[in-house]
Amino acid sequence: MEIVLSAAIGVFAASGIWLLLRPRTFQVIIGLCLLSYAVNIFIFSMGRLTIGKPAIMPKGGWINAAEYADPLPQALVLTAIVISFATTALFLVVMIASKGLTGTDHVDGREPDRSGETK
Amino acid sequence: MIEQNLILILVLLPFLAAIAAATLPVNSHGAAAWVSGLSLAGGLVILITLYPQISEDEVVRSLVRWLPILSINLNFRMDGFAWMFTFIVLAIGILVVIYARFYLAKTDPVPRFYSFLMAFTGAMIGMLLSGNILMLVVFWELTSIMSFLLIGYWHQSQSARDGARMALIVTAGGGVALTVAMLVLGQIVGGYDLDLVLRSGEIITAHPLYPVVLVLFLIGAFTKSAQFPFHFWLPGAMAAPTPVSAYLHSATMVKMGVFLLIRFQPSLGATDLWFWLVCGIGMLTFTLGAVIALFRHDLKGLLAYSTISHLGLITALAGMGTEAAIIAAIFHICNHAAFKASLFMTAGIIDHETGTRDLRKLSGLRKALPVTCVLAVIASAAMAGVPLLNGFLSKEMFLTETMALHGGNVLDNALPWIAAFASIFSVAYSLRLVMEVFFGPEAKNLPNEHVHEPKHWMRFPVELLVAVCVVVGLLPWLADPILNVAGRAVLGPDMHDAHVAIWHGFNTPLMISIFALAAGAALWVTARGRINAGPEGPPVLYRIRAQKIYEWLLLRLTWVWPRALHRLFGTERLQTQLRLLVVLGICAAAVAVWGNLAPAQKRIGNELNPAFAIMWLVGGACAIGAAWQAKYHRFAALVLLGGAGLITCVTFAWFSAPDLAVTQLVVEIVTTVLLLLGLRWLPKRREEIAGDDLLISKARRGRDLIIAAIGGGGLAALAWVVMTRPLVPNIGDWFLRNAYYEGGGTNTVNVILVDFRAFDTYGEITVLAIVGLTVYALLRRFRPGSESIGAPEQQQGYAADRLENFMLIPSVIMRWMFPVTLVIAAYLFFRGHDLPGGGFSAGVTVAIGLLLQYIASNVRWIEARIIILPIRWMGFGLLIATATGIGAWLFGYPFLTAHARYLDVPLIGKVPMATAMAFDLGVFLAVVGATVLLLIAIAHQSLRAARLRELEEEKAEEKAAKQKGAA
Repeated sequence: MEIVLSAAIGVFAASGIWLLLRPRTFQVIIGLCLLSYAVNIFIFSMGRLTIGKPAIMPKGGWINAAEYADPLPQALVLTAIVISFATTALFLVVMIASKGLTGTDHVDGREPDRSGETK
Repeated sequence: MIEQNLILILVLLPFLAAIAAATLPVNSHGAAAWVSGLSLAGGLVILITLYPQISEDEVVRSLVRWLPILSINLNFRMDGFAWMFTFIVLAIGILVVIYARFYLAKTDPVPRFYSFLMAFTGAMIGMLLSGNILMLVVFWELTSIMSFLLIGYWHQSQSARDGARMALIVTAGGGVALTVAMLVLGQIVGGYDLDLVLRSGEIITAHPLYPVVLVLFLIGAFTKSAQFPFHFWLPGAMAAPTPVSAYLHSATMVKMGVFLLIRFQPSLGATDLWFWLVCGIGMLTFTLGAVIALFRHDLKGLLAYSTISHLGLITALAGMGTEAAIIAAIFHICNHAAFKASLFMTAGIIDHETGTRDLRKLSGLRKALPVTCVLAVIASAAMAGVPLLNGFLSKEMFLTETMALHGGNVLDNALPWIAAFASIFSVAYSLRLVMEVFFGPEAKNLPNEHVHEPKHWMRFPVELLVAVCVVVGLLPWLADPILNVAGRAVLGPDMHDAHVAIWHGFNTPLMISIFALAAGAALWVTARGRINAGPEGPPVLYRIRAQKIYEWLLLRLTWVWPRALHRLFGTERLQTQLRLLVVLGICAAAVAVWGNLAPAQKRIGNELNPAFAIMWLVGGACAIGAAWQAKYHRFAALVLLGGAGLITCVTFAWFSAPDLAVTQLVVEIVTTVLLLLGLRWLPKRREEIAGDDLLISKARRGRDLIIAAIGGGGLAALAWVVMTRPLVPNIGDWFLRNAYYEGGGTNTVNVILVDFRAFDTYGEITVLAIVGLTVYALLRRFRPGSESIGAPEQQQGYAADRLENFMLIPSVIMRWMFPVTLVIAAYLFFRGHDLPGGGFSAGVTVAIGLLLQYIASNVRWIEARIIILPIRWMGFGLLIATATGIGAWLFGYPFLTAHARYLDVPLIGKVPMATAMAFDLGVFLAVVGATVLLLIAIAHQSLRAARLRELEEEKAEEKAAKQKGAA
């Protein structure tokens, strides 16, 4: 399982980074989403993969921590999901406002100069 | 105990007065002065009641614990030396307040002046009484800031602004050096307590870092005390109102540097390096200041350079470091404060009455200002070192010290000669000051024609200070007790008692004094005409002006060089910046894990489940597909992104994280809808982007692909290595054990979020609310791109009434689903503490429920039926969360401490009732508000676009009708 999940993280991250480096705003926002999935799973996997043992306990009594999933990465990722949602929303609005303002969806705010060195 | 409180009151009193003065009306001259004066007088009373203990060589302390872990406490201590200094600050402060009351014009906003002045006094006293060297630095920098504000008091004038900025940059820059010095010093001796540092002289001077500490320390002290080469800010600071100059730039603030030198002399001094640096710079400044002062035409400029010169004298004494030298330095600090403050005030009176400070214009004022003339003559004589005045006594002690042996090196041997040379100039400039202003023919063409004596109260401080000069000069034994107490505080209890006397017989120092008086007078008489005709500065030296060098450097440091660097390395292009950021991130991660990325010896792992592998095959394909299609086929990319998100969600569920799965699911839905709404304003790209298949573009994509592959591969390798290592026991175990007992919930993840780490969650919902408001604000003035104003492609070709029923069946279903969604949200909310769910997922669920209505029916229909005020939801959510947090204070717990218990509710049974639940309610409301606000703000744009469209159509129709009419 571990090898599949790490490969998955790699594929998500690579797609995300590639899109992040693209010139069009929509590509960047999709890249940001993919990268945040990759990072969320990465953080989550730091608590190791446990199957069938959620971090929910019976009421009272002594707890053997090894019997449960690590709650800390989960709490961190929960926060991360929320924040990445907020970031995406903000970026989306900036993106469409910038499109309306500049007339282009290039991340630099203007179409690249094709005559000389193109980047 | 009572002394402790007295010291605290002493420090706080000026700050309280500052606040009080700041709140007075703008023209309350009298009230502001009374408040300030009385608070300083109160301080003086406290000081006098403490004198019996101080005179017994006791150190009065007061300790308020603040950050004990970092050994930073509010720690005040007062010994004899600090007592004497505080006395000077308070006494001259009162005189300055009286003087300023009559000096400032009716139109000047006085509350600001007095409140700055009082805050400065407080900072100064705090610095003097600090028992902790870090606290000392804080107060030190505070005086820099207050001095900046005071110099720039008349901020309408360019020179005041420049002078203020220069003083701030130089002294606060020196403060930074001092901070570093103090930090290193604290590391060397193992604590920041002043007593500890003062005791550890031998450890410090033997330490290899001693030269570094010393140089940094001296930069701090020299910048404040205007020693060469940092002296130039002081003349610039003369743009300040004269009371400020008299207070800060003669008697108090500039003395802080020498205070520090004398205070730390026993622990940092007594080395050759100290002698050369401190004594050498001191003598150089003493000479340079005296020479330049003679050539200044501005009355206050002359006094400023004279102050620099006298500070150099005190610094030189601190550099010599013998018992007698320290006593002489302390004595000269007091004497200089008395005569220089009175001279500055006199200069202010002259300026006030005549309207000019130019020595070349002023002349013969002794008839118009007879009393002021007498006072100025006496004070100048004290400055020049004329016998029977206080300046003479300390100068004589200084000359005696220059003759004594301090190691016998070149500098030591040259000391008497330098002192004699500089003294000649001291006499000459003092003489020039008095003679030019008060004697000679009566001046004509003064800006103010009718020159007369000022109000008596304005002159009173000068009279008092001059009286002190004369009394101390005639009866020097009066100063003995205070000098000895202060000296013992610095040098230790073994100090020999010092006795100040006028007459020591015909010895060399007296000879030097007499020679200097004669030579100085001769110098002025012979060079008088040439000085007045010459430039503002000594013949050759005036061309080299430190201020010019400073300005040149400042311009380059703050403008020219940064801009050049920016041109060289900066880019405005976001794409380039993002690439740099990503590459830098990958490099940083690589450096951090370099050499540690080996797989563990004993690997753990779960059996591979084929279903999981197949699922991720799809997930990977989704991600790559999204990356592939995002440029031209945005909708497809969005769908694929949704697929990737769903696979992520299932993964969370698979690996025992139901909370994450639920949250991911709802957030995924909202994100997709959000992007869909956004797509409305980013129409489909049809044509190929020009130049997209050029070789250079392909090369660029290839490079980015390599970066992406390295980044992704690295993250994958890192994830695999960590995942296959056995889990070490960590803080997660603590949360698991304590979630039920401390947080009253069985869902540990939820308990962490709303109880253990509630403050993080609190910050998070605040961020969400801010994002909501930002989006709302950004979209209020939104103008869509020209190509997306028209009706979307899908709606074209239909009549408006047919569009109404376009999605009839889905909209009916969704209307039915609305209550169901709400019930699900409630379910998620209430079970959150014990089972997967919680305020956040419940909030997003409600938002989804509302959103579905918006999508299925149109905006107008839905808003005619449900009134949603998302900003209020958000506001109440934040308020409830905050109130829950503050509630803990009422019971004496820290912010956001939760209380949990189970309540027996009839019919329903045991219900977990924790205050965390109320907090979660706040989270719920804030999330609903923010999410709905976001989505509605974007959705409403369609309405506005439609309205724009209608308006344009109407215009077109009107135009057509007009044209028809015309035809």
